[in-house]
Amino acid sequence: MRPRRLVRYAKRVVLYLVALAFTAFAVFPFYWMLLTAFKANRDLYVGGTVLTHVPWIFNAPPTLEHIELLFRQTLYLTWVRNTIWIGLVVVAITLVLAVPAGYALARLTGRWGERLGIGVFLTYLVPPTLLFLPFSRMIAWLGLQNSQWALVLVYPTFTVPFCTWLMMGFFRSIPRDIEEQAMIDGYSRFTVIRKVVLPLGISGVLTATIFAFTLVLQDFVYALTFISAVPRMTVSLGVPVALVRGDVFYWGSLMAACLITSIPIAVVYNLFIDRFIQGLTAGAVKG
Amino acid sequence: MRPRWRAHPVLCLRAERVSAMETGFVEIRNLHKHFGEVRAVDGVDLSIKEGELLVLLGPSGCGKTTLMRMIAGLEVPTAGQILIGGEEVDEDVPPRARGVAMVFQSYALYPHKTAYDNIAFPLQAAGMAPAAIRGRVQGAAKRFSIGHLLGRRPRQLSGGERQRVALSRAVVRDPKVFLFDEPLSNLDAQLRAIARYELKELQRELGTTTVYVTHDQVEAMGLGDRIAVMNQGKVRQVGTPQHVYDHPADTFVATFLGSPPMNLLEQDAHTILGFRPESFVPRQDIPAGTDAAVFQFKVRQVEYLGADRLIYGAVDTPHRAGQTVIADLPVTITTPVAEGRAYEFAVPRRALRHFDAATGLARDRGAA
Amino acid sequence: MALPREARRPFSTSVAPLRRRTLADREDWLGRLMLAPALVYVVALVGVPFALALALAFSSARSGSLEFSWVGLRNFWTILPDPQFHRALWNTLRFTLVSQALVIVLAVTAAHVLSAAFVGRRLVRFLLLLPWAAPVALAAIGWTWIFDSTFSVINWTMLWLGLTKRWLYWFGEPQLATAAIIIVHVWRMFPFATVITLAGMSAIPQEISEAAVIDGAGFWRRFFQVNLPLLLPIITVAVLFGVVFTSTDLSVVYLLTRGGPYNSTHVLSSLAFQRGIFGGDLGQGAAVALFLLPVLVVVAILMLRTARRAEVGA
Ligand SMILES: Nc1ncnc2c1ncn2[C@@H]1O[C@H](COP(=O)(O)OP(=O)(O)O)[C@@H](O)[C@H]1O
Ligand SMILES: [Mg+2]
Repeated sequence: MRPRRLVRYAKRVVLYLVALAFTAFAVFPFYWMLLTAFKANRDLYVGGTVLTHVPWIFNAPPTLEHIELLFRQTLYLTWVRNTIWIGLVVVAITLVLAVPAGYALARLTGRWGERLGIGVFLTYLVPPTLLFLPFSRMIAWLGLQNSQWALVLVYPTFTVPFCTWLMMGFFRSIPRDIEEQAMIDGYSRFTVIRKVVLPLGISGVLTATIFAFTLVLQDFVYALTFISAVPRMTVSLGVPVALVRGDVFYWGSLMAACLITSIPIAVVYNLFIDRFIQGLTAGAVKG
Repeated sequence: MRPRWRAHPVLCLRAERVSAMETGFVEIRNLHKHFGEVRAVDGVDLSIKEGELLVLLGPSGCGKTTLMRMIAGLEVPTAGQILIGGEEVDEDVPPRARGVAMVFQSYALYPHKTAYDNIAFPLQAAGMAPAAIRGRVQGAAKRFSIGHLLGRRPRQLSGGERQRVALSRAVVRDPKVFLFDEPLSNLDAQLRAIARYELKELQRELGTTTVYVTHDQVEAMGLGDRIAVMNQGKVRQVGTPQHVYDHPADTFVATFLGSPPMNLLEQDAHTILGFRPESFVPRQDIPAGTDAAVFQFKVRQVEYLGADRLIYGAVDTPHRAGQTVIADLPVTITTPVAEGRAYEFAVPRRALRHFDAATGLARDRGAA
Repeated sequence: MALPREARRPFSTSVAPLRRRTLADREDWLGRLMLAPALVYVVALVGVPFALALALAFSSARSGSLEFSWVGLRNFWTILPDPQFHRALWNTLRFTLVSQALVIVLAVTAAHVLSAAFVGRRLVRFLLLLPWAAPVALAAIGWTWIFDSTFSVINWTMLWLGLTKRWLYWFGEPQLATAAIIIVHVWRMFPFATVITLAGMSAIPQEISEAAVIDGAGFWRRFFQVNLPLLLPIITVAVLFGVVFTSTDLSVVYLLTRGGPYNSTHVLSSLAFQRGIFGGDLGQGAAVALFLLPVLVVVAILMLRTARRAEVGA
């Protein structure tokens, strides 16, 4: 009796230790960002060979110096603004294209719609790496070099397939009966979509919005290819590429920028991840 | 206990309000629906009279739902015609313009709307004024005693309450035709019996032409003015419950209706003999002078079910020996029957049915 | 019990619904109309560039001018013997395969640990999702700082623990640079795979696991013969996503090593960027990028097969 309970206890401890290790691996870069963002320079820039100076803690009082620098003397806020407006326009375009398309694939197009849906999803797998060179050519044709409109034009190429697929999954999970009932109750298919399907799919639309926005935020390749003027950059490009003075990295401000940008996204992701997986697998496995 | 059916006195007495000349309010002509190889509905002709309640009865997968969905306009027929109130409703008449109300098996309530808004939804579609809508919704809700539930969403309602909301929504717009697709199958047995009674009462009161789909023969017999028995996409027989029960058009109908089903005996190479278990009784329990067919019945097993006894056994015909037969003896017959012994059992000749062995069709169809 | 009188009166409708069907009723046309805009967009902005990517690979196009002329296979003859290209191709494969293998092991383990009833599971899940949610370029720059040549906190810790005696120049030695890149890829992808695997595990009926316990199967037998096969489809999906993201990623290599040291860590995407954008030779860059195509085709086929199998099984 005794030893068995002991074994169980030990198992439990091991379980927690393993979980702790995983979490530590996932989180420690962010912890390091946090420390860096608030450490005074004399605490921060101590060579790694000095074993008496423990870098994992504050050895000097924390400072807001780096944050101030980030907001006052860099273009960080401009980049945030750029990202937000580009993101909003892209989200709008995405929803206008993907929501009707997702519904059409889920309900109106039958067998060939299913194939087409898979086709649309596969286009999401065509990576920016393959497309940025031809795009640079097309953007040059259109005279959009160094313009944020180039990004607005290009970002829907990955948000639309992705969100179409996501919406298709969501719409499929709405019982057919309900839509047919509404048609019998006196509405046309189109009105049914407006009055019944959209209100029921609103959480799906919200999920699509969030993920379209975060996909925009994630992009590095296209921004790097099309935008060279620092004030026109997005956060994802500006912070790693332009938050440098000559050869000097302002690590404190840099890490502050990374942290401040990442945490809100992570929070929102976390709120929507279940719906996201549900939509993704509903599309893949059929509801 | 298995579900039982016994001849229903009220149904037997009901007057037929049908004249043969009348054309149906809903007319279905040579209707087909094929899904690839599957012929879900395979040439159905059906005439549903104004104000009647017609039950579509058949095993699951026989095409009942598909037929009903074509009437509603949710499915486009592969071939054939449907007329409602004398007007043809083809592909060009969408569900919303057909004036039909449907209650789905799932009730299909709008999850994001309150019970009130659910019931009001079809009225809003028709462009009714809000004040008028209020009156009608409340009237319908009162009819189904759900007035106090109007503020709730479907999630907050019990199964029985949901069913009532669905019925209110169907009734509120005064449709030309009601379509019910197994609306009671989601209720528990007790609630189902009450709901069946209420539904019948409602339909009589409103006098709305109704098509009711079910695979449950008890429900069909209890509800239907007439029953259309379907199998494999075809209508095998249409008639009053009593007629269909007493004079099945073929061996499928004979065995699908009734519990236990009609006994079928291979009399000779061409004829199958049919009789109901309740007509198969010990010889001495048949009034003297009745013209009856007598069989040697080897009893294998006896089940006491309270109100009656089920007796399983075998009889021989010259054509084939040892054919399984069931007798259903009411408590009023007290003749002792023991397992493992043989008795003389008899069927009154007027209770005997003859079917063609090759086609399964009744020989003595219509002869009453 | 009867309906109130006014309720029985037929409708007095102000807007009589149209009796005949209109476009709004026609599912065929409605479907096409609703699908068309997205389809046109995708064809115009994925299909056309995709075709152009093929065309560019056979052209002498340069950035900065709009001229275009065919040169047949010249770009391929240039890159095929190029050792730097070989290196990039090999690196792409290596980084992807090694990191995804590690991701599978870590994700399945983490998912099992996390699925055991657990205090603070929601918090742990949130923390696990951080790496995946953070913009990859920002995460990469964070790792650049972690691997810094003077201030690396990893080096400090390893020296302190006595795991190494010498200072590690992460981006100065090819092996270390490779390790660094793989670490970042694993760090980024395993949380995603974990969360997806967790979702898959919660979909396994409890009875199956319980039945296995009752049958007397030990943990490892249960794991390899019951759980793993059931999880396989969803893990496959997670890994295929991982393969696509990792094999085509530019930002990690670009920000961590810029392909260095001595061009030893270039992958196809970074080499394509260097040749096509920095070098201005769009044709050659496109030819390099084109070698990603076989990977993507294989992934696409596997995805379809998994989806189909899941469909059949469901
Ligand atoms: N949309 C469909 N696609 C393919 N086959 C169908 C479809 N709907 C029904 N069927 C097939 O048609 C037959 C009749 O179905 P249904 O009308 O639902 O039967 P019932 O309602 O009598 O149980 C079944 O074999 C069913 O599988
Ligand atoms: Mg059915």
